Amino acid sequence: MKCCAAEKELTTEQAQKRIYLVGNPNVGKSVLFNALTGAYTTVSNYPGTSVEVFRGSCEIHGVRYEVLDTPGMYSLLPITEEERVARDMLLSEPPDLVLHVIDARNIERMLPMTLQLIEAGLPVVLVVNILDEAERLGLRFDLHVLEEKLGIPVVGAAVRRRRGLKEIRAAIVGFDPDERAVFSYAADLEKDISRIASCLTADYGIDARAIALLLMQRDEQLTDLVRGREGDQFAAVEAAINEIAFDRRVDLHLRISLERKRVCKGVLEGVIRQDGQKAFDWSGRLSDLTMNPWTGIPILLLVLYFGLYHFVGNFGAGTVVDFLEAGLFEEYINPWFIEMCRNWLPWNWLFELLAGEYGIFTLGVRYAVAIVLPIVGTFFVAFSLIEDSGYFPRLAMLVDRVFKQIGLNGRAVIPIVLGFGCDTMATIVTRTLETRRERFIATLLLALAIPCSAQLGVILGLLSAVPGALLVWGGTMVGLFLFIGFLSARLMPGEKPMFYMEIPPLRLPQPRNVIVKTLTRMQWYFLEIFPLFIIASVLLVIGKLTGALDALVRGLRPVMELLGLPAEAAAAFIFGFFRRDFGAAGLYDLQTGGLLSPVQLTVAAVTLTLFVPCVAQFLIMKKERGWKASLGIFLVVTLLAFGVGFSLNRLLLAVGVLA
Amino acid sequence: MNVSEKAEEILESLWIATEEEGDNAAHFERLGVQEGDEALDELKRLAWVEVKNERVYLRPEGRDEARMTVRRHRLAERLMMDVLDLKGADGDARACEFEHLLHRGVDTKLCTLLNHPTTCPHGKPIPPGTCCEQARREGATGVVALTELKAGEQGEIAYLSTGNEKKMQKLMSMGVLPGNEIVLTRTFPSYVFKVGYSEFAVDVDLAKEIFIRRQN
Repeated sequence: MKCCAAEKELTTEQAQKRIYLVGNPNVGKSVLFNALTGAYTTVSNYPGTSVEVFRGSCEIHGVRYEVLDTPGMYSLLPITEEERVARDMLLSEPPDLVLHVIDARNIERMLPMTLQLIEAGLPVVLVVNILDEAERLGLRFDLHVLEEKLGIPVVGAAVRRRRGLKEIRAAIVGFDPDERAVFSYAADLEKDISRIASCLTADYGIDARAIALLLMQRDEQLTDLVRGREGDQFAAVEAAINEIAFDRRVDLHLRISLERKRVCKGVLEGVIRQDGQKAFDWSGRLSDLTMNPWTGIPILLLVLYFGLYHFVGNFGAGTVVDFLEAGLFEEYINPWFIEMCRNWLPWNWLFELLAGEYGIFTLGVRYAVAIVLPIVGTFFVAFSLIEDSGYFPRLAMLVDRVFKQIGLNGRAVIPIVLGFGCDTMATIVTRTLETRRERFIATLLLALAIPCSAQLGVILGLLSAVPGALLVWGGTMVGLFLFIGFLSARLMPGEKPMFYMEIPPLRLPQPRNVIVKTLTRMQWYFLEIFPLFIIASVLLVIGKLTGALDALVRGLRPVMELLGLPAEAAAAFIFGFFRRDFGAAGLYDLQTGGLLSPVQLTVAAVTLTLFVPCVAQFLIMKKERGWKASLGIFLVVTLLAFGVGFSLNRLLLAVGVLA
Repeated sequence: MNVSEKAEEILESLWIATEEEGDNAAHFERLGVQEGDEALDELKRLAWVEVKNERVYLRPEGRDEARMTVRRHRLAERLMMDVLDLKGADGDARACEFEHLLHRGVDTKLCTLLNHPTTCPHGKPIPPGTCCEQARREGATGVVALTELKAGEQGEIAYLSTGNEKKMQKLMSMGVLPGNEIVLTRTFPSYVFKVGYSEFAVDVDLAKEIFIRRQN
């Protein structure tokens, strides 16, 4: 028995094989990853959202596999950060199997990368995905012919409809690593390839031909790698590369691409047929409407009205919060908890810490669970629905021109829209932007002018009581967003952004994907943000007990006077730093207490929205952009918030609006 | 009939003053000549111009040659700026030297190479030559940037012009390769096109780099 157990352990140890999912964005890699591993991951329709690499594992016929979902890449020669990550993974941790997932409709365009993977000597299985939509277009495939011509296993699938999963698993298990396919380019190109390849002496894990091709194309990162590995030999390699690069200076990249296209054309002969009728393309019609500014902007407003205002604002921030906060916590849970603490806790400080005005439970947990969770939760549901439908790339192309004026490109709508849910999370997502300049500008704008959903909920509720206040607030926010963006685009040095994006077909969102995405985000939110609620509570309690809070509030009073606000508003601003919505909620208390005039309310709401982001966002900013940039943003935002508040107060009083 | 370089410069200025600026003649000062100027005498001998009171008049006999001189100058400018990437004063100076070499059909060849441009880099019209008129009659559209197409038009990708390698790679990885069919579906607010069954959006800067052979 013992012996057997030990043996079994050994075999499972050895059998931990590594599978990579590789392919363009939008071909269903992440969906396949979920189907294989059953793990939670972010499934995305927006090219480039999956910057992080997802690892999972699965067991097929008793063999355990580690599965890695690589970021979307178009070619082995990387351009973006994500592609670099994906390529690095292939080079640094050689896989036992590569599943190259492609979109059947665009097989001609995607097959060149299959060639690159084969040429790198990687163990490739080709998954021709999205067959269902291709068939609806009238395309028919003979994948057996393709398999024969390519010399690697080919599986047809429609992973979204769970079609072909069994065959993919079978192909994984039955893979024979000794079978290798070969193909060749035109003779002159081959000659150059083997000339460089023959100079290489070190072992790179992938085939020397592939390395040679990448060197020819001046892949800087790889050149550095080769320089390191070859040592003294590198001079010979470099000489060969330089000579070939010069000879082919006119059209090297193009030549290689065209060669691959030629090979693919040959491979695909007899594989695809166009027959049958095209089904009516309703999604194509709708897609046109979303991209035409005349219909697209109304559609955008509808999406915002129903998605944000009704679903998140009215339902999430209204109905659900009322039920949880006013109903559950205020009526039942908090009184019971406070009562219990009063009876059982002998020390006042501990009572304050747990159940006092700013107590961990009475304030921290109540806020997190009863106010923020429903709002952020409904926002994430709406966001995931929109994301899964493929709407965001259309929005990106619609706003690209405007965003270019503020130093960003259309791609940046994703973090900006996400900011309306949670600015902290959006700050992390700015990673998907290509240049440092864009990442900085997006971070600044998120910190300044984009209110998060929790704050938005309270402020909308607050201002809707005063007609016109909402308009002034909204106008100020939009104006400042554009103005500051415009200024920073002029002042910041750096490369001009360039916009290109694949527009995937519009699809009906799949409930499973939406649930997985929402849960992943909620999970992240809870792990990252929930502890900060607790910390904020603790800090507030300490501040209250030591009197530091009072001192701070007193210190801020003169500033409040400058803004024409009552001194009590100072507390809202101090809390605002711990959670943006604490501050808004503080205003709410003042408003219900009848302490604010319409002008004061508007000025306070504007200043608070602009004011320094919450602790969590500041910490993430520091992590993503570094101390210098984040402190700079902090300062600029604080100055702007109070500056704008001050001027707005003067202006409103002078003009006599809202008075 | 070739005349001296100086005479060509005079004809050119004279054409611009009379045909484009609506004057009936040009003063000596504008043309940079004086009474007894060798080039001016050459033109007078040919009866292409007439001189009265220090003002030079373009005669009908000289019109054709003047027109072609302007054409050669502006074609040379296009060549400098578009193909050789010589911009600004340097490009202008080179164009001035180069225009005098564009005789005996070289201008026709250059014009065809540049796909019969209608304006110079400064926005002034280039007088059409016989090659332009012939191309127009035959309906040849040649190769144009994607930005010149209207929504709904399609064609074959002829070449990519970008000098920026990253841009070029990005375009190629999207399937923008010479020989592929492309359909432009939208030009505003961004350029949207289809290659195969995929749809892409790009900004003006990238669209300018894609050159299309139109299909009718």
